[in-house]
Amino acid sequence: MGSPPILAVLAVIVAKALVVIVVLLTAFAYMTWLERRLISRFQVRIGPNRVGPFGLMQPLADGIKLFFKEDFVPAGADKVLYYLAPGLAMVTAFTAFAVIPFGPPDVQLFGVPLFQISNPNAGILFVLAVTSIGIYGIILGGWSSNSKYSLLGALRSSAQLISYELGVGLAIVGVVLLAGTLQLPEIVKEQSGFFFGFLPRWNIFVQPLGFLLLLIGATAETNRPPFDLPESEQELVAGFHTEYGGMKFAAFFVAEYVNVITASGVATTLFLGGWQGPFVDQFPILGPLWFVVKIFAFAFFFIWIRATLPRIRYDQLMDVGWKLLVPLALLNLAITSVIVLIWPSLGGGS
Amino acid sequence: MPTLNQIIFWFFAFTAVASGIVMITRQKPMQSAIAFLVTLLSLAGLYLLLDAQFVAILQIIIYAGAILVLILFVIMLLHSHSGEGSTSKVPLQRPVAILLSLILFGGSIYLFASTDFGVASTPPSDMGTAQNVGHTLFDKFILPFEVASILLLTGLIGAVVLAKREREDSSNDAH
Repeated sequence: MGSPPILAVLAVIVAKALVVIVVLLTAFAYMTWLERRLISRFQVRIGPNRVGPFGLMQPLADGIKLFFKEDFVPAGADKVLYYLAPGLAMVTAFTAFAVIPFGPPDVQLFGVPLFQISNPNAGILFVLAVTSIGIYGIILGGWSSNSKYSLLGALRSSAQLISYELGVGLAIVGVVLLAGTLQLPEIVKEQSGFFFGFLPRWNIFVQPLGFLLLLIGATAETNRPPFDLPESEQELVAGFHTEYGGMKFAAFFVAEYVNVITASGVATTLFLGGWQGPFVDQFPILGPLWFVVKIFAFAFFFIWIRATLPRIRYDQLMDVGWKLLVPLALLNLAITSVIVLIWPSLGGGS
Repeated sequence: MPTLNQIIFWFFAFTAVASGIVMITRQKPMQSAIAFLVTLLSLAGLYLLLDAQFVAILQIIIYAGAILVLILFVIMLLHSHSGEGSTSKVPLQRPVAILLSLILFGGSIYLFASTDFGVASTPPSDMGTAQNVGHTLFDKFILPFEVASILLLTGLIGAVVLAKREREDSSNDAH
């Protein structure tokens, strides 16, 4: 068989990117609904239940409301950067998802794997690079608004993101050392099979400390409570997006929730065996399903701790980041390196 | 008829130079910093064009993600209200700056003119993968690599020592 026509390949790539964007947008909409409903349950309230059955149309109503809001720009704002910031935040949030595999790589059409948008050699580093560009959305949004609350929120946020990126990066290196590759499909493949015949060979059982560090770091990186200092209402009104309304606010909102989904996807891929689960070998279509189930577990966890833990103080946040997360991640890295060196069969490196 | 590679090259090259010019002509440091971000991203694009994926990603993580964010941080803390540059200047700042830039420009022109561009062989396309960059770095250039890391460590410790001494001084003044 000759090589497939380039137009067909391009069409497949564009189509799967569009599908992923639509799915992520839908997931975002229903994550807001899920969060409001669950938080209500945790607080012995009922939550939004009027719009449609179980309030399922609520995200749609919210969207329409935001769409018809007045489109304003605060006085003295830097117009170009003010408009650029929410777009930047949203685009980077979607882009980061591009390298996460959500199904078996051998499901292909015209030689293009269907369950992953792109598989660059730098793999997981791509996620780190794109999220580090995402910080600019927050910094620029806060600075260009010409408001002290926005600026303070942006300052806090950038300091927080830089500090926790270090711990997260070091925690990820442990997994990369074990797998011997940066590419995510390979890391997932590495986690197939069982320990002792029943325990899935997931990295969470090999690198429990690394998983814990990644979970804490991801909570901080996505501005989720108890690390939501950049927008702590009692102190900063709404942080970096205080001066944003309507669809521009919605863009920041989308970015925040898509980042949570991407962070859950990264944690699933690195530590929970990605799309792997029972019967995936027989029915590859089950891959995305298991992936969604695992992401949902993380989403529930994030909502759960939001309802459970009070926000921590700013100095505590910095202490946790630099004096706890980074040293523990270094310790984890050192131990993993020694083990991979002694038993090279554990690591996949050549 | 230019090839696709050439079109992409000229796009990134033009963006890099244009945003570089924007960077040095803006009055507000914030806008300069954003123009610099565009320059860094276009350079990453050029690395990608040369099959140096790993270097391109590192360029974004380190320069755009860490160093420039710190620069923005300083700008926001120092000029938070106006976002305008400092008005205090070193004496003769402008003439000295022009002279130094001219020297740098002349040097790069000399290098450019004295290079024989026909000779350079095309490296294999998998040269830029993480594996190959790692092998090159640790097999052939381990000594410069370690020297560079010791240099960074020295800078790190130096920064901590300087910051700490200042705080002790100010607390002594207060008592």
